[in-house]
Amino acid sequence: MSIFEYNGSALVAMVGKNCFAIAADRRLGVQLQTIATDFQRIYKMHDRLFIGLSGLATDAQTLYQRLVFRHKLYQLREERDMKPETFANLVSAILYEKRFGPYFCQPVIAGLSDEDKPFICTMDSIGAKELAKDFVVAGTASESLYGACEAMYKPDLEPEELFETISQALLASVDRDCLSGWGGHVYLVTPTEIKERILKGRMD
Amino acid sequence: MTKSTIELPPKGGFSFDLCKRNEMLFKKGVQPPSFRKTGTTIVGLIFQEGVVLGADTRATEGPIVADKNCEKIHYMAPNIYCCGAGTAADTEAVTDMVSSQLKLHRYHTGRESRVVTALTLLKSHLFNYQGYVSAALVLGGVDVTGPHLHTIYPHGSTDTLPFATMGSGSLAAMSVFESKYREGLTREEGINLVCEAISSGIFNDLGSGSNVDVCVITKGNVEYLRNHVLPNPRTYTSAKGYSFPKPTEVLMTKVIKLKEKVEVIEGGDAMEE
Repeated sequence: MSIFEYNGSALVAMVGKNCFAIAADRRLGVQLQTIATDFQRIYKMHDRLFIGLSGLATDAQTLYQRLVFRHKLYQLREERDMKPETFANLVSAILYEKRFGPYFCQPVIAGLSDEDKPFICTMDSIGAKELAKDFVVAGTASESLYGACEAMYKPDLEPEELFETISQALLASVDRDCLSGWGGHVYLVTPTEIKERILKGRMD
Repeated sequence: MTKSTIELPPKGGFSFDLCKRNEMLFKKGVQPPSFRKTGTTIVGLIFQEGVVLGADTRATEGPIVADKNCEKIHYMAPNIYCCGAGTAADTEAVTDMVSSQLKLHRYHTGRESRVVTALTLLKSHLFNYQGYVSAALVLGGVDVTGPHLHTIYPHGSTDTLPFATMGSGSLAAMSVFESKYREGLTREEGINLVCEAISSGIFNDLGSGSNVDVCVITKGNVEYLRNHVLPNPRTYTSAKGYSFPKPTEVLMTKVIKLKEKVEVIEGGDAMEE
């Protein structure tokens, strides 16, 4: 068993027209036993910046706490929010610091820049950035997510269309993965508002 | 001495905090994780006026293509670029680190960076880590002493060559170079030969794929040709795409309105005291 499969997770982020969506499943398991079905995997760093952490849940939460700490220090020192690109570099640096004893965690970062340009990015557990223009995926369902997103994604979607696309891609993918599922959690972020939605999914 | 009670951000260098825990997990039969690799074809050659570097654009994680169009030619200095193969995080980190050291060195000396400086910084870092930082590099640039091309192996050994290849597709690319390279190539011939070598890697090596990136460095000029050749365009998209007649079942929606951004106008009258 790979350590990434211990808790199970599915994470995806997509870019639309002046907006982005980030979605995750809600299951927390210990191998094949389900512990919780309302687990939070996506965290808000500030109003226009989100990070999803897949992989080992204990490392994800530790990493999140360190990121909040560093982000707050930045806010105090600079008196502004971090840009998504800057935040991606921070996450990458924190992960690479542990190159020879990594956090078992694969982050997905999504944010809107000051000019309302969406930014998405993913990394492996030692901080190799992958910047994408369309979509990024992570977690145990990543292989099926690659397939679903590759087929369903269209560029320049309006917010509500984007929500539908990311939800369908997520639900379709977690149905083919035992370790993730139990509904979905979607954040849809436009320059004016954040829409947080809980999706109904299969309960098996 | 008072001991600081909060953990301050570290100043740099690796942290080995989690090694013991991870080692324990591996001993219990958990598989160590796989990292993102650039199972790559990267090449470089010297032509009449300078250096041409080339790379494919595929990043892999095991057998999965993680990125179809990644950048493998990294900036080192205005006159020096570097192709990276191996673990993606290592190539990225090691080139970024040396690039910043070179910039500080330029501020200190006020001169253009030399390729050998970059070479020495890279190899000493890699040698220090005894091959555990797995970056295989092709370094190219033009400085005051002329055009230079080097390859650097993960253990810190280096070669100085007129033409070089690295990565999993290096054999495919080298076969092209060995049969067609000659001294005194023109710029056009150099670019074409690099493209052919990379294409040979793209089509004959499974670890390499997608597009060809080229970087041409001559005295006082750099031309970065991102996606110079696109031999594998996507042909299987339907014009209409998917539509979803039945909407997703939503259990709960929460809407948070964001505050409007306040524009701060600078340069206005200062407030009276």
